[in-house]
Amino acid sequence: MAYGPKIIDHYEHPRNVGNFGTTSDVKSRKDIGVGLVGAPECGDVMQLQIKVGPDGTIEDAKFKTFGCGSAIASSSLATEWLKGKTLDQAEQIKNTMIVEELSLPPVKIHCSVLAEDAIRAAIEDYKHKNGVPSTRAAASPP
Amino acid sequence: MALKTPVYMDHAATTPCDPRVVEAMLPFFTTTFGNPGSRNHSFGWDAEAGVDRARGQVASLLGADEKEIIFTSGATESNNLAIRGAAAMYEKKPAGQTGRGHIITSLIEHKAVLDPVKRLQKEGFDATFLEPGPDGLITADMVRHALRDDTILVSIMWANNEIGTINDIPPIGALCHEKGILFHTDATQWAGKMPVHVERDNVDLLSMSGHKIYGPKGVGALYVRRRKPRVRLTPLVDGGGQERGFRSGTLNVTGIVGLGKACEIAQAEMDHDAHRLLELRTRLEKGVTARLDSCQVNGHPTKRLPHIANISFGFVEGEGLMMAVKEIACSSGSACTSASLEPSYVLKALDLSDELAHSSLRLSLGKWTTAEQVDYAIEKIVAAVRKLREMSPLYDMHKEGIDLSKVEWGHH
Repeated sequence: MAYGPKIIDHYEHPRNVGNFGTTSDVKSRKDIGVGLVGAPECGDVMQLQIKVGPDGTIEDAKFKTFGCGSAIASSSLATEWLKGKTLDQAEQIKNTMIVEELSLPPVKIHCSVLAEDAIRAAIEDYKHKNGVPSTRAAASPP
Repeated sequence: MALKTPVYMDHAATTPCDPRVVEAMLPFFTTTFGNPGSRNHSFGWDAEAGVDRARGQVASLLGADEKEIIFTSGATESNNLAIRGAAAMYEKKPAGQTGRGHIITSLIEHKAVLDPVKRLQKEGFDATFLEPGPDGLITADMVRHALRDDTILVSIMWANNEIGTINDIPPIGALCHEKGILFHTDATQWAGKMPVHVERDNVDLLSMSGHKIYGPKGVGALYVRRRKPRVRLTPLVDGGGQERGFRSGTLNVTGIVGLGKACEIAQAEMDHDAHRLLELRTRLEKGVTARLDSCQVNGHPTKRLPHIANISFGFVEGEGLMMAVKEIACSSGSACTSASLEPSYVLKALDLSDELAHSSLRLSLGKWTTAEQVDYAIEKIVAAVRKLREMSPLYDMHKEGIDLSKVEWGHH
């Protein structure tokens, strides 16, 4: 598959690979939100972790991804975009923005969807840990 | 000397033409260009002589008679002619009805066998697709248990193209002969690499290809037994009646001459090549598995072709891995490298867990592969797997002792 230069760059030099501790460590930390999406049988699993400061902005973000080049590039890009954003701003990141930025080929759109899901899941996890009502739930009709 | 990259390790997909093959073909493009069907001038006779010599070379490789070799456009056509041609000739009931006859094949066949059989199912035939054991093998016992009174054809590949496993062809053939059932084998990955003797091996129909054995693309052969039993086939292509009516169309003389030469070279050199390739494959498999945990060589430990290694690497994904070893030209069973986004149906049939099926590389070596290239590939693969595992959440979970099969994954 012929990939564009931005995918190759993120794949070969992924930004912010890592985590903020072991699975049980991050589970107990209230300043960390974890999103784990995808499934091994589908060939893609993304783990996105955000570290949220006292003022509600994302101070740091880390990822680990099991997946193809597009999945790795999508999650790498997501961590770059998340840093410095408030949770509200982070929720505005859409998969189509990732598709556009990386010029993902049509068969790889699902990688960007997975990255958006990972962002949402990490934010939800943080909110859940800190007793903040979920925007998703609030947005849906009663 | 610096190694030239990328290194070609995809010989199960295709091979380069042997220069001796090209040399044998060249006069038939320009000088000896006649149509072997032209019976009344020397241009036709000379072309026919080239085709006859090639027919002899192919027959000799297979232990067959020259009259039993039908030239085709490749193994896909050979498989289609064997399966569809035999089904139409030996059917129990006429077209338009069900119960036209039963065909036995296996889940790990190439699509060029599976799809013709599936089409026959739609046309009123029954079919059984045998599941291999965890070692990837199809045995005579499996075939025996699937036999029915109305079985008309058994088609089992000699060696598998993805994992290189070798099926028990001679005993399967013996069983079919005992029961009076036709036996076809897709020998695309086998013939020209390993010894074939159609009499000893009890084969009635055998498909082979030129470009897998250092010959040209676009040419192949079908062996059709003429004695005990005399196999008849309904042709797929009607016309000038070439190839004893089995396959009409002006012969691809240059391709046929190339296929013949490739068979002659294969017959002379296969023992030496197989011995050398097995050493290289073992070096590759051991080199990789000794340095990485959680990886496995797929297929039977010994009943495998000497040139195909299929290795699964846990916790990394195949397409990502292929990108990381871009200096090595190989293939993957990964979903992401296929248009269908499904992991390899062959690896799935082996009962491999999904994360292992997604993470396999097929490295297939060839006549000109060197130990230096193998060592280079080992270095690149080990480094790539380590890098990707650093990035893999699954590898972290594995190291923390989390059972991945117990995790509730989100499904799309």
